[in-house]
Amino acid sequence: MPTIYIDNKPYEVKAGKNLLEACLAQGVDIPYFCWHPSLGSVGACRQCAVKLFKDENDTQGRLVMSCLEGVRDGLRLSVNDKMAKAFREQIIEWLMTNHPHDCPVCDEGGSCHLQDMTVMTGHDYRHYDFKKRTYRNQYLGPLIHHEMNRCIQCYRCVRYYKDYAGGEDLNVFAANNKVYFGREKDGVLESPFSGNLAEVCPTGVFTDKTLKEHYTRKWDLTMAPSVCQHCSVGCNTIAGERYGELRVILNRYNGEVNGYFLCDRGRFGYEFVNDENRVKQPVIRNRTSEAVTEPELTTYLQTAMYNSKLIGIGSPRAAVETNFALQQLVGPGNFYKGISEDEAYLTNKVVRILETGTVHSASLKDIEQSDAVLILGEDIWNTAPMMALAVRQSVKKTAYSHAAEQSKLPIWHDAAIQEFVQEEKGFLANITVAGSPLDGIAAYTAYGAPDNLARLGFAIAHELNTSLPVVSNVDDDLINKAKSIAAVLLKAKKPVIVSGISCYSEGVIEAAFNIAASLNTAERKAAICYALPACNSMGLGMMNAPSFDHAVTRLQREQDMTVVIVENDLYRDISSSVLDTFFSKAANIIVLDSLHNRTTEKANVLIPAATFAEGDGTMVNYEGRAQRFFQVFMPANPFIRESWKWLKEMNLYKTQGSNGHNQPPEELLEKLESTSHQFEGISKVTPPHDFTIHGERIPREPHRYSGRTAMLANLNVSEPKPMQDNDSPLSFTMEGFKGIQPSIAIPFFWSPGWNSVQSVTKYQEEPGGHLRGGDPGVKLFHDRQGSEPSFFKGMPESFAERPEKWLVLPQYHVLGSGELSIYTKALEELTPSPSVSLSQQDANRLNVQNGDMLQVNADAKKYLLAVTINKNLCNGVVLVSAGLGEVEGMSWGSWVKVSRCE
Amino acid sequence: MTVMQHIWIVLGVLFVLLNIAAGLIWVERRMLALWQDRLGPNRAGPFGILIVLADTLKLFFKEDWIPPFADKWIFITAPAIVVGTVLLSFVIIPFAPNIVVADLNIGLLFFLAMSSLAVYSIVLGGWASNNKYALLGGMRGASQMIAYEVFMGLSLMGVVMLTGSFKLSDIVAAQKDMWFCIKQPVGLVVFFIAGIAETHRLPFDIPESESELVAGYHSEYSGMKFGMFFIGEYLGITLISAMTTTIFFGGWLGPFLPPWLWFFIKTFAFIMFFILLRASLPRPRYDQLMEYGWKLLLPLVLLNLLITGAIALWIRG
Amino acid sequence: MISHVRTIWLTFLHLFTKKVTIEYPEEKVKLHPRWRGRIVLTKDPDGGERCVGCYLCAAACPVDCIALQATEDENGRRYPEFFRINFSRCIFCGFCEEACPTYAIQLIPDFEMGEYNRQNLVFEKEDLLINSEGKYPGYNFYKVAGINAGVKGKGEGEQEEAPVDIHSLLP
Repeated sequence: MPTIYIDNKPYEVKAGKNLLEACLAQGVDIPYFCWHPSLGSVGACRQCAVKLFKDENDTQGRLVMSCLEGVRDGLRLSVNDKMAKAFREQIIEWLMTNHPHDCPVCDEGGSCHLQDMTVMTGHDYRHYDFKKRTYRNQYLGPLIHHEMNRCIQCYRCVRYYKDYAGGEDLNVFAANNKVYFGREKDGVLESPFSGNLAEVCPTGVFTDKTLKEHYTRKWDLTMAPSVCQHCSVGCNTIAGERYGELRVILNRYNGEVNGYFLCDRGRFGYEFVNDENRVKQPVIRNRTSEAVTEPELTTYLQTAMYNSKLIGIGSPRAAVETNFALQQLVGPGNFYKGISEDEAYLTNKVVRILETGTVHSASLKDIEQSDAVLILGEDIWNTAPMMALAVRQSVKKTAYSHAAEQSKLPIWHDAAIQEFVQEEKGFLANITVAGSPLDGIAAYTAYGAPDNLARLGFAIAHELNTSLPVVSNVDDDLINKAKSIAAVLLKAKKPVIVSGISCYSEGVIEAAFNIAASLNTAERKAAICYALPACNSMGLGMMNAPSFDHAVTRLQREQDMTVVIVENDLYRDISSSVLDTFFSKAANIIVLDSLHNRTTEKANVLIPAATFAEGDGTMVNYEGRAQRFFQVFMPANPFIRESWKWLKEMNLYKTQGSNGHNQPPEELLEKLESTSHQFEGISKVTPPHDFTIHGERIPREPHRYSGRTAMLANLNVSEPKPMQDNDSPLSFTMEGFKGIQPSIAIPFFWSPGWNSVQSVTKYQEEPGGHLRGGDPGVKLFHDRQGSEPSFFKGMPESFAERPEKWLVLPQYHVLGSGELSIYTKALEELTPSPSVSLSQQDANRLNVQNGDMLQVNADAKKYLLAVTINKNLCNGVVLVSAGLGEVEGMSWGSWVKVSRCE
Repeated sequence: MTVMQHIWIVLGVLFVLLNIAAGLIWVERRMLALWQDRLGPNRAGPFGILIVLADTLKLFFKEDWIPPFADKWIFITAPAIVVGTVLLSFVIIPFAPNIVVADLNIGLLFFLAMSSLAVYSIVLGGWASNNKYALLGGMRGASQMIAYEVFMGLSLMGVVMLTGSFKLSDIVAAQKDMWFCIKQPVGLVVFFIAGIAETHRLPFDIPESESELVAGYHSEYSGMKFGMFFIGEYLGITLISAMTTTIFFGGWLGPFLPPWLWFFIKTFAFIMFFILLRASLPRPRYDQLMEYGWKLLLPLVLLNLLITGAIALWIRG
Repeated sequence: MISHVRTIWLTFLHLFTKKVTIEYPEEKVKLHPRWRGRIVLTKDPDGGERCVGCYLCAAACPVDCIALQATEDENGRRYPEFFRINFSRCIFCGFCEEACPTYAIQLIPDFEMGEYNRQNLVFEKEDLLINSEGKYPGYNFYKVAGINAGVKGKGEGEQEEAPVDIHSLLP
C-alpha cells in the first residue's frame, strides 16, 4: 500500500486510485462535482484542485486536479494550501456567476451538492456584477423535471445517461458558455433509468417530478431503510414519509446490490402506498354494516379460527415473515404458495440449483465485475431492470480494463479510456425469445422459441464440457453458434450466466446451470443468476409448500374449508375460470391485503394489511440475499398492520393462547430457522429490536426535522407521545444516535457538511466500495467449493409450430408490469396499452398488420389485443403483455388460439 | 383590672398584631416597589390592599405538602414555634400606660428568652425537611441567632443599668426626660442590628439566601405552613420595632396625641426602616456576618457596658 | 459604614422619583417597528403570496412550531398549501424571519394574543396572511429567481440575459 502525505501527514492508501478518491477515503474533504465513483474522472469542473509537491523540499508546488492524478508512493500534496483553497473558492464563484437565485424554490435545496461544496470552499460573496445566463427548460416526461438555469456544466448527467445507462436521447448541445443539457426536442426520456439523474445531478437541474407533487425537504422526512418491492433484484432504497404520506424513494447504497442507482419502476413506483384504493377498514361481507370495528372483527376471527379447517395461500410479494406466519397459522400441510404450478415448479428448480452451491449465485456486483455475460432466455431489461444495467457495466468495464492494460492508463481516467476504447465492448451474448434493448451492446444475439434457446444452451454446455450429452437432431448453424460463444466464455475469468423463468422453460434453466457449472473451475469462477417474477419469489420458493393448483384440487376434495389469502392478487397469476370455481368452493374466504383488487372482492372477510412503508419484513432476492425493510411510519389508521401481525393474532385465537402478543419479527424468523434449515441465518439480517448504540436507538428523522410541535396542532394543540417502535432498533424521533449508523440500519445518508446524497462516501470503506461494516443482507445460499455438479442430461426437442395454435409467453414491460408500481400516475402514463406480438410471417398468415386487433383465446377467456409485429420473434410463438391493463393471469407456456378479430 | 378587661386586651393585641403582620405583606411590596421606582401591587382593591386577601387565599389553596422524606411531626411543629414565641414576646410590651398583657418585672429577660426559643423553629424546620439546602439554612440560622443573641442581651444591659429595672414600663417611665437613644446610642445601634439578625431579615437573611440555598430552611415548605414562617417574619419585624420604640424611643411617651398612637407611629417608622434596609442593602457573606458580630459588635457592646457602668457609678458618686 | 448610610438615604429618596411602570391595559406601550411580536405572512407588491414554501423558517424554528406544505400552481409558482404556526409553542425569537429568503414571514409589533383556550393559538395560513408588504416593501422573489413561475419569463429578469439559443455555435 502506497503512503501519501496529505499536508505532511502520512496516509496509507490503496494503489490504483486517484488522489480525490484516496483523500475522501481517508476522510479528507475535497470539493468536487464532475467526479463520481461510478462514472470516473474527466476533470470538467476544476473544483478538486490540490497542490502537489515534488518532494519535501519543494515549497512552490503546483496546482493539479486531484481527480486526474494517480496515487504514487511518497506523493506529497496539500489540500489546505492557501493557493489551492483560493483556487477552489474562485471556481465556485465562477460557477455561481450564472447560478440562479433559486434555492428556496429548488427541490435540491437542503440536499444539494452545490450548496455543500459552496459552504465547504467558503465562497459567500458575489463579486460579479453582470447579468446571468438563462435557458429555456424542456419537458422531459412525467418523471423528471428540468430546470436548466441551475446547471453548472459538470457533464455528470450525460455521462451517466449516455455512457453508464446507455440512453440515447439526452445529450449536450451548443457550445462555449451556452452548453445545454437536454433532449433534441421536448419529450419523455426514454431510458428506464432516468430517475437517477435526480441523484446524479449535483444541483437542481434534474429533479424528481413525483416528489414535486408533495414536496418535502430531506431534513423533514421520516426515513427508514427499505427494499424495493417491484422485482426480484431487491434494490436497497430509502423511503421517506411526511404527514402520513410516503413522499419519496431514494437510493440506498449497497455495494453488492444496487450501488448508486435505481430503476424508474423502483424509484417512482411508491405511490400505491398513498393510493385511494387502499384497504382502510376491516370488512365482513354479507352483513347489514360491512365495515366492522376491531372488537367485532376479533369476535368473528376468534370463532372462525377456532372452529374451521384452514388453508393458507401465500404470496411472492409478501414478506418471509408473513408467509411463515400464515404457514404457522394453518399448519404446514395446509399452506400453499399462491403461484401457479408452472411458476412454482420452475422457481423450485432454481432454488434447488442455487441451494447446492456448486455455482456461485451472482450478485449485481458480481455481474458488473464479470468479463463475459451470457443471458439465456430472460428479457432482464423488462423483468429485472437493474440487472440489465449491471450487465451493461460488465460490457463497458471489460472493455475499459482491456484498454487500461494496453494503454497503461488508470481505469478511473474516464475520458481518456473512453477515447481509447472507442467501439470496443466486452462480451455479452444475449439469447432471448424476442430480443431486448440489451441487444444493442451484445456481441452476440440469438432469438428463438424457449426450447430452441435451451438447445442452444445445452450445445454451448457440450462445447464446454464434452462429457455432457450432445444435442440431438442438430443443425450446423446451432453448433457453430455454440462453438463461438463457448470459445469466448472459456477465455473469461469471471463469466456470469443470467437466466430466468419468464419464458416458462425448464430446459432454459437447466441449460444455464450446465453452462455455468461447466465453466466453474479452480481458476475460473463462474456465477449464475435467475431472474424471478416478484420481490419475494425466492423467499416463497424456498419454503416447502405445494403450489396453488394443489389448493384447488384440495378444495374439490374437501368441503367447508376456510381460505386465508395474504397479499396476493391471484387473478394476476391464475386464470379467472380456475379462480372463480376455487372461490365458489371455499366456505369462507379471509383476505389480507393493502389494496383492493379482484381477489379482495371475493373475500368474505377483508383485513387491511400494511405495505412495505408501514411495516417491517424480510425479503429474499433473486440471489438468495435476505434483506430487511423497516417500517417507515406508523399509519394514522390503527387497522393497518403488518400481515404477519394479524396472522399471529389469529394464531392466538386459534390456539386460544394468550402469550405472544407483540413479538418482534426476529422471533418469528428464529422460529422459521428452527423449522426450515434452508433459512439458516435469516434472523441475523438485522440487529435485534432492542439493539442500541451507547444506549441510544437510531433515529428515523434527521436532527433538523421540523414542525414537531405544529404538524398535528390543527387536530390537538397538545402534542402526542412519540410513537414507539417495538420491532426494530429504529426510533420514530429525531433523538438518538448521531453518527455513522450500522450499515444494516441506515435510514438516511448524512454527514456534517455533506447534506446531499454524496455523503454516502462517508459510509463507505472507500468511494464506491463496500459500506463500513459490510454491505447489508444475509446470503442464504452458500458456495460449496469443489462439490461435484449434478448436470442435467435431458433436453427438449426442437420447437415445432402447431397449426392454428400459438405458444403464448408473457411480454413484460419495464415500467408497466408491476402490480403495485402501476398505481403511480406517472408510470401509468408511460405504460403502453396491452398488445400481442407475433412474427411477420404469422402476421401475414393471420392477415393482420401493426395496430390491428387480434383475438387471443386463453383459458376460456377472450382478449382483444392490438398487434405488434416483432421481427425477432419466431413463428408459432405469441407474446402477450403481462400485467398490463385488462390482461389477467393465463397459463403461460401453453398453446392458445389466436384469430383475427372480425 | 378585671379578668374581662384582661381578656379584651389579650384579644385586642392579638387582633391588631395579626392584622399588622398581614397588612405588612402589602406594605412591604408597595414600599419596595416605590423605592425601586415601580408602583407595586395596585390592582386588587383600593391601592391594591386586597392583595393581602389574595395572597392569603392563595396560600390556603396551595397543596399542603409534606415531603415523604421529611420528619413529619417536627416538620409540622417548626412553623408553629416561630409564630408562638414571637407572639408570646408581645406579652410584656406596654403599648400604652394601661395596655399591657403582663407587665412582668423580668420583662426584658422574658423577651430575650422568647426570641432565643424562636431559633428552634428554624433549626428544626431545616433539619426536618431532610434536604441539604434546608439543613444548611437551619445551621446558619442557629449560629447566626446564637451569636447575635449575645450582643442583643448585652446591648440592653446599658439601659437596664440606667433604669435599674427589667420591667418595661419602668424603662419607658425612665425616659420621661430623655430617650435612651441619646444616652445609649451604641446600645441602640447594636440592638437594632442584632434585631435584624434575629428576625433574619435582609440584609441578614442568610438562613434563606435564595441565591445560594434556594429558600434555605423553608425550601420544602408550601401552603399555610410556609405562610406561618411568612407571618412569623412580619411579627418578628413588628416585635423588634416595638422593642426599639419601647427601650430607646420612649415607648408611648409623646405630646398631644394619645399614648397608643405615639407608640404606633414610632413602631411603624421602624418597620418602614426595616423595609428600606431591604430595598437598599446587599446581603453580606456568611463569614462576614459572623466576623462582624464577634469581632466588632461584641467588643463594642462590652465597651459600651463598661463606659455606661463607669458613668453610672460616677453619677451616683 | 458611611456608604451604607448613604445608600439607605439614596434609596429613600427614590420614594419621590417618577415611576417607570406603564399601567398596561389602560395605558398602551409604544412598540418599535422591529418589535418581535405576532408573526404574519406578507404579500408581494403585486398582491401575490410572498411565501414560496421553502421550509427554511420551519427548519430554523428552535421549538419546531412551524409546519407547512409547499405546492405549486399551474404556472409553477410555489406557495404553501397550508401554513401553521403553533403560537402556544412560539418563543418569538425571530429566527424564522431571519431565515426567510423572500421577506414573507415577519414579526410585527403586536403581542396581544392571549387566549383562554390553547387550541385557539394554532394559527393557519388564513389567520397569518395579511394584505400588506410589511416591513420590506418592493420585494418580489419571483422577479429575481431563475425559474419561470408566471411572474416573468426566462431571461426577463433585471439581472438576466435573454435565453440562450442552443442551436447557435457562435461565441
